[in-house]
This record gives sequence, structure tokens and C-alpha cells, in this order.
Amino acid sequence: MSASHTGEITNFFDMSQPYGKQAVFIVLAFILIAITLSLEAKFYERFASIIYLISLLSLVGLFLFGKNVNGATSWYGIGGMTLQPSEFAKFATALAVAKYISDLETDLTTIKDQVRTMVIILLPAFLILLQNDAGSTLVYGAFFFVLYREGIQQIYLIALATLVGIAVITLKFGILTTVLILVVLGLMVNLYLRKRKPPIIPSIVILLISSLLAVSVSFFYKSILKPHQQDRISLWLRLEKDPDKIQQMKQTILYNLNESEKAISSGGFKGKGYLEGTRTTGKFVPEQHTDYIFSTVGEEWGFLGSSIVVILFVLLIGRVVVLAESQKSQFSRVYGYSVAAIFFIHFLINVGMVMGLIPTVGIPLPFFSYGGSALWGFTILLFIFVKLDSNKINEW
Amino acid sequence: MRKFLLLFLVVFVGVVFLGRLFYLQVYSFDSYNIIEDNAIRRVYDYPKRGYVYDRNGKLLVANQPSYDIMVIPREVTDMEDDLLSEFCGLIGISPEEYEKKLEKAYRYSPRLPQVFISHLSKDDYAILQEKMRKFDGYYIQKRSLRSYQTAIGANVLGDIGEVNQRIINRDPYYRLGDLIGKQGVEISYENTLRGQKGVKYIQKDRFNKDIGPYKEGIYDTLPVPGKDITITIDATLQEYGELLMTNKRGGIIAIEPSSGEILAMVSAPSYDPNILVGRERSKNFTKLYRDSIANPLFDRGLQAMYPPGSPFKTLNSLIGLQEGVVSVSDRFTCSMGYRYGNRRMGCHAHHSPVNMNLGIYESCNAYFANVYRRIIDKYDTPAKGMDAWHKHVTSFGLGNYLNNDLSVGQPGKVPSSITYNRAYGENRWYTTFTLSNAIGQGEVLATPIQLANMAAAIGNRGFYYTPHIIKSIEDETIPEQFTTKKYTTIDKQHFEPVIRGMYDVYNKGTAKWVQVPGIEICGKTGTAENFTRIDGKKVQLTDHSIFMAFAPKNNPKIALAVFVENGYWGSRFAGKMASLMIEKHLKGTISRTDLEDWVLTHSLENEYNKPLSNEPFKINGETELQLVDKVEVPEHLKYPEKTSE
Repeated sequence: MSASHTGEITNFFDMSQPYGKQAVFIVLAFILIAITLSLEAKFYERFASIIYLISLLSLVGLFLFGKNVNGATSWYGIGGMTLQPSEFAKFATALAVAKYISDLETDLTTIKDQVRTMVIILLPAFLILLQNDAGSTLVYGAFFFVLYREGIQQIYLIALATLVGIAVITLKFGILTTVLILVVLGLMVNLYLRKRKPPIIPSIVILLISSLLAVSVSFFYKSILKPHQQDRISLWLRLEKDPDKIQQMKQTILYNLNESEKAISSGGFKGKGYLEGTRTTGKFVPEQHTDYIFSTVGEEWGFLGSSIVVILFVLLIGRVVVLAESQKSQFSRVYGYSVAAIFFIHFLINVGMVMGLIPTVGIPLPFFSYGGSALWGFTILLFIFVKLDSNKINEW
Repeated sequence: MRKFLLLFLVVFVGVVFLGRLFYLQVYSFDSYNIIEDNAIRRVYDYPKRGYVYDRNGKLLVANQPSYDIMVIPREVTDMEDDLLSEFCGLIGISPEEYEKKLEKAYRYSPRLPQVFISHLSKDDYAILQEKMRKFDGYYIQKRSLRSYQTAIGANVLGDIGEVNQRIINRDPYYRLGDLIGKQGVEISYENTLRGQKGVKYIQKDRFNKDIGPYKEGIYDTLPVPGKDITITIDATLQEYGELLMTNKRGGIIAIEPSSGEILAMVSAPSYDPNILVGRERSKNFTKLYRDSIANPLFDRGLQAMYPPGSPFKTLNSLIGLQEGVVSVSDRFTCSMGYRYGNRRMGCHAHHSPVNMNLGIYESCNAYFANVYRRIIDKYDTPAKGMDAWHKHVTSFGLGNYLNNDLSVGQPGKVPSSITYNRAYGENRWYTTFTLSNAIGQGEVLATPIQLANMAAAIGNRGFYYTPHIIKSIEDETIPEQFTTKKYTTIDKQHFEPVIRGMYDVYNKGTAKWVQVPGIEICGKTGTAENFTRIDGKKVQLTDHSIFMAFAPKNNPKIALAVFVENGYWGSRFAGKMASLMIEKHLKGTISRTDLEDWVLTHSLENEYNKPLSNEPFKINGETELQLVDKVEVPEHLKYPEKTSE
């Protein structure tokens, strides 16, 4: 499905229009599929490190030859076209992670190997962050699911959940309330355990660390985050109470959200019909052909159409997870898991953002958003796994 | 566990998203409304507003085009100095004013079209039209304004003006800048006159740029032109009434008893409706609005409530007869008044004892005090008597809104047992407490239109049609409520003696000096005491002069109430004017030119200035009348209208 467009379609491949370009991109994507599938499955495992290195180089090269679009230096300009290496870095990183973890020498329960894996993941993430593309950086969080599946300690999951919980509670209710909640929780846990000697010292240590966390979250939010990032979070958690400020936000960052929610809502149950969306045809939703494309789906296809899209994504990701579990080689399994997790993060953040459930973060919706690099990146990401999966009979 | 975390999260997120979609698209979806959609621009096509004709087909209100210069601030480009001065010269403002206006418009909204200069004259428009394309961001918009073909009837015809926010909130039909009836028939028949504006839906983008008709215009509608209406007013009679009211304050309401149609509805002082059209409208309206002394926007025929005084006595006669407590020949003594307890209701010198006929034409207070007491005391308690009396009185359309098609009105007041229970406590009052009702003073209040309607009901011997202003609407019938007889509670036979008395008012009673040869007029004079406040003190002013009449005696063609503020006794001003109006309506020409001359040469301005003079003054005196040069009667009012049937 291409982005909505204005006016009559004269030529489906009209390169002066986004839909024309996207049509060309789709055709090229099929060629990429053919190439991806025609390569030997072993090729990906063997060349994983080299692909990863090339990808890193392409990211570094941006600092020299990159083209600045909308404040992010994430593109190479080639002729009239642009190429975004961060879209390709995803599958390269996935390959590298799979390769490293599946190495017989690697033991993910050791701190040493954990650190090395983190370096592999964080290197591209850091480069992308330096190019001012925070959204794409967030995607690398997907690898947490991979590491967890492959055996890092439970404590990481608990710590992560605690961190997120403390962060949200601190921002919403302030440091003092958070500490108070923690104390009450600690007491309840102690009571529940009913030990003769309650673990007083560990309790106090955990309490102290948590409180410190709360303070640093608050500090991070107030001093490190840029104002527009603060606004997004404050919007998400409904922190802002000052009506003037809200009014101002409505015209700036809330504008996107407002318009996209209105567009989705105006679709109703059955939608307004293909190309009949008044808000999208009028381009009221900014970035509606890229990051906000789901609002077009919502407006034109209604609840019926958009639920089908949601269900299809769930089925696709679920299917990839199930297939990954059924792989015989660890390399294929780790790679498959990475694919599922990356798609999941994109799906979660993009659709969540468009519907106002998640702070505004600009990342594309796989196979929907306009853009050649993203489309090709996802195509390669997915079809490498398809190739690996088709080869599992030969694996041993 | 480790295997299922991602799977679980994927399904969980999927369910949450479906829930959110359901909430947005099904739960909080309120059916898609094209009006609410800010991606659709609506372009309106305003239909012609209906014309207003008088009962003889004379055109009273038409339309005229008016041209406004509109601006879309963000499309305005900086002009070279000589271009700017040319533009300012053309529209007649200084460059500084230009800057100020543009800035103000910009602040209101950079992208919405707004009026920059309103109401250009036709000549200005002709010159500007050719040059407009040189000025980016400006264009000329044609609007339709009212064009009054007459200088009379401002209170009847009303005016139109821009809608205010309150109306917009209440009725989504109206948009900012739309015109709506503000007074008179323009309000009452707003929906008929305005028609239905047409609308085109145009799809626009987020830069507010048009990108074509929405869905090929399937929702677009054509304008429906407003309908012309014919009102019951006789323009000639109306103009004559306004002429008679020159230099006086008050109201005249004339009704055709056989139909309830209002023939004239004069309120004085008034103004030329043309001053509320065009560029001067708001200035002039403010002036009228702020004039709290002459109060020209106050329709004295419809809104002024006064104790009706003696005309009300006819009603008490009718009720007495209907209740069977008095007969035509019953006689009561009057010794310059009526004594009850240690109090006394005064009366003037006349024969005694008094029967009904004499009571009416001599307006004897004592006679009606007796009749009134008999009515109330017929029942066990004064409360029951009061309520029986109240029922009869209200059946004449008094004490409540008439529910007609006039834009303003007042209910007046008719007391009942509730009124006195509230004032004195239940069972703690007697008939004598309410005795001033006998002579139409005290708690009774009525508007001139209610008095005129009462006259019509008496003239019709027991029924009336709700007085109304609409005669016909092209291809529509007028509301049924105006064509249904409303019966009073008095039987037909009781009217004759009372009408006889009213006839004798002209024949030998209080109005014998204003009779018109050849016309049998039945009437009743009245005076109403009235007060004002000066520096917080209640001060009595000269009485209002009131007259109620219908003519001819049988099958009346006109019933009217005339009311002149501070005109002193009934036949002094109101009686003369009533005779003249009746003669004008029935004959077309005036034979009693002596009456006409008297009315047109006497002004009450001195009387009105008294309470404002800050000096002590006397009231109800003969000498204060001010003589003025006679107001000339226009030629077309001297002879019967050619167009009338």
C-alpha cells in the first residue's frame, strides 16, 4: 500500500510523486528479495562480520559525506536519490550478534561476553545517535529480547522493569512519592516473606539504589533531555497542567498527535474509503506518508482495515518468533529472534505513537511508510531469515 | 518462560492496539460530520432576502447591493509607496490607518478572509473594481443589504444586522458575518425571508489551499431564495398615525376586528429605518440605543404597560351582566364618589342615580365600584370571586402574552386571588382591598395592543382573532392560530348595552367633541396616573391620555387603542387622534380638519422636559401645551390611496 496522494494517478511510476517513487522502490525490493534468496544460506553466517564492518563504515562515512535532512545527518545523496545506511545497519547488526552469540566459545552468562555483545549492539546505535536520529537508536533496544532469550540473567529483566517503573512513577508523581511507594512496597514484601529476620540490610540497599534512581531519572529528564523531548514525555504522561502551555503544545507537538488521532477517529468503523480521507488528502497530518501513515489507514479503512493491519503485524511477528524457536542452528535462531524483535519495536513505537499511546518518536512502520532505504532494509532483514529458515533441513 | 516473553508482549501489544482503535474509531466516533471537518472549506452562496409589501401591495422593503473590500492578511504583499498611496486614496484612509487595520486583521487571523472596508458606495466600487487585481490579498465581496422604500414603520419593519456569537452558538445555520433580523418582522419572519443559503464543499490542504470540490460536489446545495411577505400594515394609515404622533410620545395600535390583522402599529418617537443600513448603521444604532430619554427603540404600542383606566370599565359591565349580578337598568347613586369604610373613591360631577348606559358614557367611578363589588361578593369568599373575575378578564387577551408574530411584547397584568394572597396572606383581604380594579387602576396593567384587541373583541360581540402582522407569504398559508376565533367568556347578548354605552361616549359623553359626521364610533376615554423617579423620589407626572375605540358600530372595520404619554385627559390627545385614524381608514379623507390642525400644532415636548429640568413643576395643567408650526400633511396622505380596493 502506498502513501495517500492528491489528485489523479496519471502514471503509476511517476517519479515526481511519492507514490511513483515508492512503486519503483517496491519493484526494486522484489529484485532484492530474489538476490537475498539466491545467495547461499551459509553466506550470511560466514560474511556476517564483514557485512557488519561495512555497515559500520557506511555509518561513519556519514560524518564526512552525509546529507542533512530535517536536522538528522542520516543520508547519502546519490544522484537525485538518498540512501539511509542506518536502515541497513539493522540486519547487519542482527547478523553480527547472531554470529557472535552462536560461537561455541561464547557464554552469555559471563560478564565478559555480555560486554562484548553489548559493544556489537551499541556501536551502530551510538553512531546513529550521533547523527541525531534518536528514533532509529531506540530500535537497538530490540536486542534486549534476543539476549534475554539466549540466557542472560533474570536480574536484567527485573532491573529493566524496575527502572522503567521507577522512571514513569517519578516523572508522574515526583521523587518523594516514589520513595514512599518503594518503602511501602518493601515493607509489604518483608511481611509477605514472614521471615523471622527480615532482610533489613538488603532492603535498605535496594531502597537506597531505587531512590538514587528516582533522583537521577528526575535529573535526566530535567537537565539532559532537550525541551522538545521533555515535552513529548510530559505529553505522554499528561504531566502538563498549565492550560496556556497545553494550548501552545497543541499548536506544536500536540498538533501532529491531535491531527493523527482525529484522522483515525474520523474513519469510524468502515472508514471513508480508499483515497477519500479528507484529512489525509488535505495533508493535515504531518509526515502522513512516512511516520504517520497509520493514520491514513485508520481514516480511509476505518476500524475494520486498521485492525486487520494490527492483526497481520501480530501474526507476522509471532510467526517469525515461532519459526526462530524451531531453528536447529543457534545462528538462525538468534537472527530470527532479532528480526522479530526489530519488527516488534517498530510496530510498537510507530503505531503506538500515531494512536497517542507512546511519546512521539519518528520511526517508520515496516512495509508501510514511504522510503526506499527502510523498505529495502526491512526486505533484506526479513528475507535473510526466510532463506535461513528454508535451509534448516540442511543444517546440522 | 524465556521463550514466551517476546511472544507474549507481541500479543499483548496487539490487543492493546486493537482496544485503542476500538476506542478511537468505534466508541468515540461521532458520525462523520462534514461541517466539523477542517479539511473542507465551505463556500456559501447567499440567496436574495424576501421583500416586504404592505396590505395594498406597496413595496416597503427591498434589497440593495453593497460592496466590501475583503483582505486575507497573509496574502498581502508589501506595496511600493506610490502603489500604497494609490490604494489608500482609493479607499479613503491614511497610510497609518491602513497599517493599523492590516495589523489588526493579521492578529485576528492571517489566513481567514475578513472585511477590510465595509459598505463601499456604488461609485467607489466602479472605480476600484478595475484596479483590485493590483493589490494582492484584497478582493471585493458583494453583499446584499436592505433598502427601505419608505421612511416609516421602523418598529414594524425592523432591520437586519450581523449575527453575534450567541446566535451562532445557538443556531449552527449562521456563520460569522451572516446577516439576521434584529427587530420587527425581520426577526419574526427571519426564516421565511432569508431563504436557505447554498453551500459548496471544497477540499483543501493544510496550507488552506483549495484542491477541488469535495467528492465532485455531491453534497453541494443550491441556495433557496427567501420568500416575499405581505404584512397587514396599511402603509398610508401607518404614515398618518406617525404624522399625528409628531412631537408626542406614545403608541397607536389599529386592528381589523374581522381578521385580527394589525392595520397600523405606531410608536413614537421613531426613526427612519434607512439610518440602520450601511456604514453608519452601528453608529446610528448606538445613538438610538443610548437615548434613554426618548427611548426610540422601545415599542410603546407593544411594550408599554399601563393601568388601562376607564376603558377597562366596559369589561366590568360585561362581567357584571354575564355573572347576572347587575341588570342594564340597575341604578346606583353617586355623590361625587363612592364611600367604603372610611375611604372614598372620587368621581366628577354628573347626574345621579346612574344606570349602566350613563355609567359608561359619563365614566362614573361609583357605578363601577358597585358593579365590581357585586361581582366579587357573589361568591362565598373574595378569593373565589376574584378568580371568577380573573377568568373573564383574561378571556379578552389581557394578562398574558398574545402569542402573536411580533418580535416584542409584554404580558400586562391581571390580578387574581394569588396576587392578593401573596400581598396580604390567605383570607386576610376583602373585596374593598381590590376596589381599584373596578376602574382599571391599581393592579391591572395592559399594553396598547391588548387594549386594541379588547376593543376588537367587544366590537365583534365576544370573540377576537390574535392580532398579527402577517397577511400572506408567497405560496404558504399563514399560521392557523391567526385564523381561529378566540371566544371570550361573555355571551353575545350582553355586548349590546355596553356597546350602546360606548356609542354614547361619542354621542353625548366624554368624547362628544371629537365625533366624526357620518361614522358611528364606539369608544371609551381613559387617563392613567403615572409616576417617575427623580433623585430617588417618586414624583407624579401629568396623566397619560388613553383612548379605545372601534367603528363602525356594527360590523366594525377598525378597532384601536391610542395612548399619548402625559397627554392628560383621554379625549384631549388620544381621542382626537383616534377619530382622525378612524376617519382616515374608513373614508380616506379627513373632514374634521380642525381636529387634525389641533393635533399637528400641539407639542408635548415641554411636558416631557419637565422632569428633566431640575425645577419644581406642576402637572395636569392646561397651560403647558406648546404651540408649534403645523406639521404639513404630505400630499399623498390627503386623498384616498389609489391602489386600495
